[in-house]
Amino acid sequence: MNNTSNIDQAVFAKRKRANKIGLTLSMGAMALGMIFLMWILSVLVFKGLSAIDLNLFTHSTPAPGSDGGGLANAIVGSLLLVGTCTLISTPIGVLAGLYLSEYGDRSRVAAVTRFVTDIMLSAPSIVIGLFVYAFVVAQARHFSGWAGTIALALIAIPVVVRTTENMLRLVPGSLREAAYALGTPKWKVAFMITLRAAQSGVMTGILLALARVSGETAPLLFTALNNQFFSTNMNAPMANLPVVIFQFAMSPYDNWVELAWGGALLITFAVLGLNILARVVFREKVQG
Amino acid sequence: MDITQSHSAPTAQALKIAKLQRIQDFLFHGVTQFFALSVLIALMGILISLVINAWPALHTFGPGFFFSQEWDVVNGEFGGLIAIYGTVITSLIALLIAVPLSFGIAVFLTELCPGPLRRPLGTAVELLAAVPSIIYGMFGLFIFAPLFAEYIQPVLASTLGQIPGLGILFSGAFNGIGILCAGLILAMMILPFIASVMRDVFEIVPPVLKESAYGIGCTTWEVVKNVVLPYTKAGVIGGVMLGLGRALGETMAVTFVIGNAHRLSASLFSPGTSIASTLANEFGEAEAGNHLSSLFALGLALFIITFIVLACAKWMLNNMEKKQGMKT
Repeated sequence: MNNTSNIDQAVFAKRKRANKIGLTLSMGAMALGMIFLMWILSVLVFKGLSAIDLNLFTHSTPAPGSDGGGLANAIVGSLLLVGTCTLISTPIGVLAGLYLSEYGDRSRVAAVTRFVTDIMLSAPSIVIGLFVYAFVVAQARHFSGWAGTIALALIAIPVVVRTTENMLRLVPGSLREAAYALGTPKWKVAFMITLRAAQSGVMTGILLALARVSGETAPLLFTALNNQFFSTNMNAPMANLPVVIFQFAMSPYDNWVELAWGGALLITFAVLGLNILARVVFREKVQG
Repeated sequence: MDITQSHSAPTAQALKIAKLQRIQDFLFHGVTQFFALSVLIALMGILISLVINAWPALHTFGPGFFFSQEWDVVNGEFGGLIAIYGTVITSLIALLIAVPLSFGIAVFLTELCPGPLRRPLGTAVELLAAVPSIIYGMFGLFIFAPLFAEYIQPVLASTLGQIPGLGILFSGAFNGIGILCAGLILAMMILPFIASVMRDVFEIVPPVLKESAYGIGCTTWEVVKNVVLPYTKAGVIGGVMLGLGRALGETMAVTFVIGNAHRLSASLFSPGTSIASTLANEFGEAEAGNHLSSLFALGLALFIITFIVLACAKWMLNNMEKKQGMKT
């Protein structure tokens, strides 16, 4: 009797120990993840803040070897690229999402499209750069801002499509039925009832897509390329923050590296800000 | 009589409106369908353009292109083995480290985390996933690699490096940057992706299953191991594959820290190259002809590998979703 209870005790202690070890390790993993995040952010702030001053926003990128300079051309270029990309990808993405949720619900075409969109969400962005190079840059025989916009749009569209579809699915069917009962044609129901009900959810998707493309570097390397001078001509190579950061960080000049840190700080906080904004927009919708 | 007739026969005006609406409906359907299909067209376009541009190289070097170590820009001899090896090995290192860690994070977030902390910590993990990859690259090059060379590499070399057979992986100069460093930075990058997928699939385990396990006296760890994990197996593997897909195609972070050397070396400390980093470094300066075409061939290989990995991931996660629909 005493013997079995001793064995029981031993088994119990062993199970408890396994539990403790497992849970401690899991807590450690979480702590490690948070340390990474804090480490990266603090390095960015520490290294980047010293580079951020008024010159950063008013001067263009410096020539090799010369002092000073800023990132004005790269900031404007990035804004232009991301802005035009949003203008292109929003209507395409939202309409495609409407099709998937309202028309093609269970059809084979919609299933395949959904599958491909999900894969495009994580497809290597550098391959998209290659595609746009072959399709636009090689045909036009020069790098251009538009090529960069197209590459970014190809990355943004799947994000918008999938979030739009998911958000439209959350709209209750009774809302659509009520509109049909009044004799509303289907396109009006889809466009003016369902889409409007899911408005803030769709906004979330657009913001997430914006956040995603703002930091993309690889597809811009051989499309928009870079431009040392201030330019708003979308038909010419265009400076943009990610590519400038890449080139400057790898360069031997100290002031270039410092500018790269400044740009990195700007871009990270823009991306994280957009992400948080997207969450706030979405949460307001759920509660409202 | 008159009244019934006016009910059964719509007026000319109503007919006109109905006809107009039908046309509008048809147009709207067509437009949305066209845009939905444009995603498919884009995918086809990517494949076709890669194949067309890669064809000269594949034709010149044959299938041996993917098994040849040669990468001689001057003499125009190209083979993809080194880049493919670098891509695969860095991704495997990343998975080896990131999978257990993200499993821990997911368990913490679903089982251990106190309620009020759950949302902020979950958001923090998702923010880690949102940090642009170029930032990971800069962080890796300027901050992580020097520390890695000074503190971690000597330790690895004197412990793991002493194991016969395995030791060769951890030999060589302590440069910091190299294949192992790239793998570690990649692990940091894909960690939040895998962790958030795992957390999402852990959350769909029906509470009644877990509660019955707790009810017969299981510890939390046993519940995770024997109930949650078997139930979400497909989803967990899907999440891991999703992370693998990301790691394979990751460009900027790897380009900064892998060292960009076209050399095949047994040691993980030595610099190497991956498909994506080769593309990022050489594409801009490549001469039209075999060099450019070989780079396209590498891109094609990368696209096909990631496509297969991501398709498997998606397929497993979709099955998981169906399961959720059935059981709840």
